[in-house]
Amino acid sequence: MSAVMRDERFDCRVAFAEELAVIARGDQRVVVVCNDSIGSSNLATFAQEFPDRTVNVGIAEQDMVGVAAGLANGGYTPFVCAAGAFLTGRALEQIKDDIAYSGYHVVLCGMSPGLSYGEVGPTHHSIEDVAWLRAISGLAIVVPADPVETRGAMRWAAGTESPSYLRIGRFRVPAVLPETYRFELGRAVELRHGSSLTIVASGVMVHRALEAADELQRRGILARVLNVSTLKPIDTDALVRAAEETGRVVTVEESVIDGGLGSAVAQVLCEQHPVPMRILGVPQFAPTGNASFLLDHFGLNAAGIVRAALELFP
Amino acid sequence: MHMSVSNIYPKLTERGDPLGDPWCGSPTQADFAAVEPSGRARLLAHLAQDVRAAVVRTISAAKFGHIGGDLSVADILTCLMFGVLRHRPEDPGWPDRDRLILSKGHSAVSLYAVLSMAGYFPPRDLTRFVQALSPLGAHPSRSVPGVETNTGALGHGLPFGVGCAIAARLSRSVRRVFVVLGDGELQEGSNWEAAMAAGHRGLGNLVAVVDRNGLQQGASTETTNRLEPLLERWRSFGWEATEVDGHDHQTLVEVLSLQPGERPRCVVARTIKGKGVSFIERRIEWHHKVPSKEQMEQALAELRK
Repeated sequence: MSAVMRDERFDCRVAFAEELAVIARGDQRVVVVCNDSIGSSNLATFAQEFPDRTVNVGIAEQDMVGVAAGLANGGYTPFVCAAGAFLTGRALEQIKDDIAYSGYHVVLCGMSPGLSYGEVGPTHHSIEDVAWLRAISGLAIVVPADPVETRGAMRWAAGTESPSYLRIGRFRVPAVLPETYRFELGRAVELRHGSSLTIVASGVMVHRALEAADELQRRGILARVLNVSTLKPIDTDALVRAAEETGRVVTVEESVIDGGLGSAVAQVLCEQHPVPMRILGVPQFAPTGNASFLLDHFGLNAAGIVRAALELFP
Repeated sequence: MHMSVSNIYPKLTERGDPLGDPWCGSPTQADFAAVEPSGRARLLAHLAQDVRAAVVRTISAAKFGHIGGDLSVADILTCLMFGVLRHRPEDPGWPDRDRLILSKGHSAVSLYAVLSMAGYFPPRDLTRFVQALSPLGAHPSRSVPGVETNTGALGHGLPFGVGCAIAARLSRSVRRVFVVLGDGELQEGSNWEAAMAAGHRGLGNLVAVVDRNGLQQGASTETTNRLEPLLERWRSFGWEATEVDGHDHQTLVEVLSLQPGERPRCVVARTIKGKGVSFIERRIEWHHKVPSKEQMEQALAELRK
């Protein structure tokens, strides 16, 4: 599959709201549970169309996740919509016990994840979510790259029986996947073929990885770009094949480097096909700055990826 | 047409070993309904003593368990299971069943005992409590028929129950939701998030029962982090709140069977931690102490009286 980068930029919450309404019209069991996040989760139109199926518990994340599990017990499919930082940090034990351990089909939607809250600051940044949730068994973790993949992941999550966590991006990104793309849990997508290096990316970083691949090509390095949107279960085969065929891997993600995508890839490769790696992510609490500034500040851009890639060609 | 207790539950004073096989001591719901009203409380009292005997035997055999809280909550769970709930032990997934949620998951043995006596699984399975790979863990999980959610970490049951109550309302079902809480557990803030939401929504199909034995693991609730005035606290969150004797079967059944109103209801059931066994009652150290063989025999003798 080749990438379809265009200039237009999208807030994935728009696609999220549209798709949620489509899913809910077709499936009476779908309900929304949120924490005073109607506006920030872009749920106003959903709440208008489905007032009874919108459960706003107020600013109370532990209650929100427990209520969702109770709704699932009654046969409903809750989409829990809240800022990723509060959903995962404040209600981590509820996610572990009430959702994952109890085995309830709940779709946890971490809105505005990563650094997208920008100058609002580290209390609102959701850069730990993936690391925290990777430690919980039975919970699928998906970080969609663009609006098309956001929709696909939502359709998958609504239709399955098991719980999941989806990051729903706020930082505006170009579409990188064609409209015909069909999301499959646990399947990495090769967006660009290359033989001398693989850039493994998720979410916001996917289009930046493609830009980096352009730049590397100008320097004579053919980089493969893998969109690993499913962090759990991760696509072991695609990763091992990439390591075998390209011999070098750079991972790049909009989350802490301890326990995220890079850690997951390293975990696979160090056992099955060790190759030189660079892991790019957020190393520490962010200083003040908007999201775009912060991504650049931490080298989470094409230049930073190129720099890391070149370190693998001494 | 009602029958007497003895028709339903023969040889009450010589009933079989709860862990024996087969153990036929339990009445069905239909049996219970068939007993004359004055006999129901007496029947529940007998059943609750059987639950306690099962608790003592199970914990002694396993050398593990939270015996104090198991014994304090035994009457509450017995009354719910046999006198209040609309449920189908042969069909645990029946959508319109009343929901029973044991938020104080460390009292799992009492729950397992009432579930097994009601027919969810054979009472002899209690011997597998906390054995390797047993579904009957130290805390309840959905691998046990009749368990709605995995508890053990405190402060999880009420939010879950609020979700169950909203689901029932969305489904236009008359099913009710009963959440059994420990009192020490009420120090967890998540309960009050849920209490606020339930009061705000007027979830009349939700009942919280507090096993108010006054003791938490290390000391009394009131010296640790005061709960009183507990009734006023629930009321201020928009709940109906009543205090009852948590060992009075007739009162428990009456108050737990009240027609759902426009508010959620909290029943603060005053109990004695370790109730029924003299040397365990009101003793802090028996939160999770295990009886010796001699202590087990003495406890069973007291429960048979």
